[in-house]
Amino acid sequence: MLAIIDYRAGNQTSVRRALESLGIPCAVTADPSQIAAADGILFPGVGAAGQAMGELARTGLDAVLKRAVAAGQPLLGICLGCQILLERSEEDGGTETLGIVPGTCRRFADGLRQEDGSPAPVPHMGWNSLHVRRACRLLDGVDEKAEFYFVHGYYTDPAPGLVIATTVYGGEFCSVYGRDGLWAVQFHPEKSGRPGLAILRNFHEYCTGGHNAQ
Amino acid sequence: MLSKRLIVCLDVRNGRLTKGIKFTGNLDIGDPVESARRYYEEGADEIVFYDITASAEARGIFLDVVERVASQIFIPFSVGGGIASVADMRAVLLAGAEKISINSAAVKNPALITQGAEAFGSQAVVVGMDVLAVPQSEAIPSGYEIVIHGGRLHTGLDALAWARKCEELGAGEICVNSIDADGTRDGYELRLTRAIVDAVTIPVIASGGAGRPEHLYEAVSAGGASAALIASIVHYGQYSIRECKNVMAGRGAKVRLAW
Repeated sequence: MLAIIDYRAGNQTSVRRALESLGIPCAVTADPSQIAAADGILFPGVGAAGQAMGELARTGLDAVLKRAVAAGQPLLGICLGCQILLERSEEDGGTETLGIVPGTCRRFADGLRQEDGSPAPVPHMGWNSLHVRRACRLLDGVDEKAEFYFVHGYYTDPAPGLVIATTVYGGEFCSVYGRDGLWAVQFHPEKSGRPGLAILRNFHEYCTGGHNAQ
Repeated sequence: MLSKRLIVCLDVRNGRLTKGIKFTGNLDIGDPVESARRYYEEGADEIVFYDITASAEARGIFLDVVERVASQIFIPFSVGGGIASVADMRAVLLAGAEKISINSAAVKNPALITQGAEAFGSQAVVVGMDVLAVPQSEAIPSGYEIVIHGGRLHTGLDALAWARKCEELGAGEICVNSIDADGTRDGYELRLTRAIVDAVTIPVIASGGAGRPEHLYEAVSAGGASAALIASIVHYGQYSIRECKNVMAGRGAKVRLAW
């Protein structure tokens, strides 16, 4: 069973529907014991970092997430979840975030241009590609031409060794980072068609023992 | 770089498509959920549903459609038609849509754009606008006027000024539909599309007039749109989404080709 963290941050229902379509047992939950018992954790989110951190602190889920990762439970951060796993965010006038992964979440600069010279307005919204920098089991079976659906005004800048894939919009930014069992994606795998579903399936397979067998 | 999007538009009345869609093999499908699923599998980048019913009873049926769509398609989709309040927006977003689209309601009550953006984020609020070419005047310097109620009611609003105002109020995207081009299959109104694109910084969706895949390419190149709304060009089995995208890619547009 995968636990989808419920902290009123938006897209948990979409993530649940995507997992259910794959036949993956899951629960949207804020219950620490149910989270601790899960094979893996999905940490989604849309919205602003400050509000999300406030809600995580109010419910104590910030400590639950830190304990889970320290105990080696697999975790996949999605969109805002990807951003607030880092130490700090430039959003909301500077926000201290979970600090589970070293790095900062930064704002896209104004006035950026795409490769064809057209403006690159913020937020970055739509389908874009990945440039894979480092092999990762999360991306197993994903076509290198596959595109993913992004909606974000800030981008992650984790410790350089953790970058798995980048995306180009105005400049190049990190769109997938992590290490075995602790991953984060800036895009929405639950809204990225079959390639996105493949990532969720790969994560579930890792959680349910694929990593022991390999 | 972002891909240019093809957004398939489905009109729904009382929980059914207003007109059955012919898929390959002459399969005629009237169920909006099944049609959305087919378009999802065939490579649509986004889907928009317009609920053209008004009664409260039909609204419940429509929300059920939205929920069933959300459990079967895993790309973004938006909902328009009959949305006049933040409560209406919340209902379709909770049912599983990513975005809501407002048109006449935004003209009558522009504050609705801001209220929606504050409650759900700008990315969730699309403002649709129906535009008619009119003689240039002091009130309509661009020669493009906003009309509502399917083009029957002139508002006296200049389309470019209205587009700028929508952006200021918090709209995340603008869908510009040319009443003049709609239904002609002669191509999008490119001059209008480009004028709106140049007037705002948010993404613009071109709508109305597509008859051939080349028109889609024109909308995102000469027109400068971020996306093209399509309906009849794919609904009657004339072109597949793959064919449309291949033409666009062949001419140099970046489109999503792997799904």
